[in-house]
Amino acid sequence: MASPLKCDLCDNQATVHLTQIVNHKVHKVDLCEACAQAKGVTDPSGFSLADLLLKASLNPEPPAASGLRCARCGFVPEDFKKTGRFGCPHCYDTLTGLVDPMLENMHKGTQHSGKVPERAIARKSLQDRLSTLETNLQTAIEAERYEDAAKFRDEILQVREAAGLPTPSA
Amino acid sequence: MSSDFKKIISAPAELTDNRESKCPVVLMTRVRLARNLADHRFPGRADAAERQDVLRQCQESLSETPGLKRSTSARIEDLSPAERLLLVERHLISRELSGTGKGSGVVINRDQSISVMVNEEDHLRIQVLRTGFQLRKAWTTIDALDSALEQSLNYAFSAKLGYLTACPTNLGTGLRASAMMHLPALVIAGQMEKVVRAVNQLGMVVRGQFGEGSDASGSIFQISNQTTLGETETVIIKRLQNVLKSIVEHELNARDRLLENDPAKLPDKIGRAFGVLNHAHLISSAEAMNLLSLVRLGVDLGYFPEEQRVGIDRLFIESQPGHIQHRAGQTEIESDERDRLRAEHLRSEFAKFSTPVYEPSRKRLN
Repeated sequence: MASPLKCDLCDNQATVHLTQIVNHKVHKVDLCEACAQAKGVTDPSGFSLADLLLKASLNPEPPAASGLRCARCGFVPEDFKKTGRFGCPHCYDTLTGLVDPMLENMHKGTQHSGKVPERAIARKSLQDRLSTLETNLQTAIEAERYEDAAKFRDEILQVREAAGLPTPSA
Repeated sequence: MSSDFKKIISAPAELTDNRESKCPVVLMTRVRLARNLADHRFPGRADAAERQDVLRQCQESLSETPGLKRSTSARIEDLSPAERLLLVERHLISRELSGTGKGSGVVINRDQSISVMVNEEDHLRIQVLRTGFQLRKAWTTIDALDSALEQSLNYAFSAKLGYLTACPTNLGTGLRASAMMHLPALVIAGQMEKVVRAVNQLGMVVRGQFGEGSDASGSIFQISNQTTLGETETVIIKRLQNVLKSIVEHELNARDRLLENDPAKLPDKIGRAFGVLNHAHLISSAEAMNLLSLVRLGVDLGYFPEEQRVGIDRLFIESQPGHIQHRAGQTEIESDERDRLRAEHLRSEFAKFSTPVYEPSRKRLN
């Protein structure tokens, strides 16, 4: 037998189960007694599941939302509530607590299976590798580990050469 | 008006002048990809300097991309409201882009089958547009263009969420494929609501001709995929293609039924439309859409020669307010005067049309 359903809003056992069709889509919500009370679900006449679903998916409950902030662009979940748009590509990494619940009902799946920008990815990993090596080189020089520094310098030259990038003649 | 822009506007275009792939029911197909540059804020959040920087990078890459070598590039702030309106009416820029501030741009190729908007909702909105029912071809073209652009631009991409977009509804493939469908019989037979419901259930969206919030004058509807993440581009396009095919089938059936059950109804509507287009002196753009829609149906039914289809499709665009103003060489004309100019243009064009022949047995074109 299936394990008892958990409440969509907290982890208690769900005892209130609702199904509603909004915009030709079937939405199901399972809630525990307390959350159902809090959301006013016990009065079915004055309650729209769509509102609840929308709010639940766009505004995660405070524990997830509070303190969320994109380190790159300073975007906070309240901004999304206003515009429906994110601030920068990194928001998707830094605000997963906001993104993940939102995606559940939005698309056919939550894993990309289409085209991949091969060259951009290769270029990015090359840049990352080079910048790591440059950092290592600087650290080695500063620490006067000249043997290591020479190794990093050679490696940088090799990587640049293999990628067809101009190599500064030392 | 800049000379570059003039050239674009007067050049023969895919939508208005390509005779070859014109067909009944499907006016045009369109595919767009949403792309963003890694390490830049999305246009809605970027400041002026960052928007300029993104615009410069994108314009540079676009100008070096095969297929866009002889294209025209413009900054939206340099275009007058009248010029922007022309581009919106030709489906080359969105209303949203037309209203944006500094640091937005558009690149349009020679036959206006490709347009790339910069700093709309996303850094790049690449669009390929084809007359008739050519989804696959449009996809092949845009796929190649996108791959070429990616040689010089660092796209924001994640292995899990695909191409990262300002709005989460475009994540994954960033692909929106759509067709402009001419469905007069389904509208006349009162079946559109049923079709919209069925299409929604299949994960597709139905909108008016000019996208979100626009009306469906002329019985023209835009149908597109809704979801972008979790499936490959090919799967998305194939499903849309199947849905569109079945809508075409429904429309043709509805026409058959109308002709069977009420044989005079369609010829009457089409003949009246032809009469008004030939003789009216004031026509609003909504009325023009509806009348042209009926005459196009007349071509499908064989009342007018097939060669006239391209002229009707051009008039759909030339009857829009921006094009009426452009034809008159003015930037802002009162709507009454526009109605007069529109009727004048339609009269002169329809004078060249042959009069309808109402064959009792029509050809079925699909």
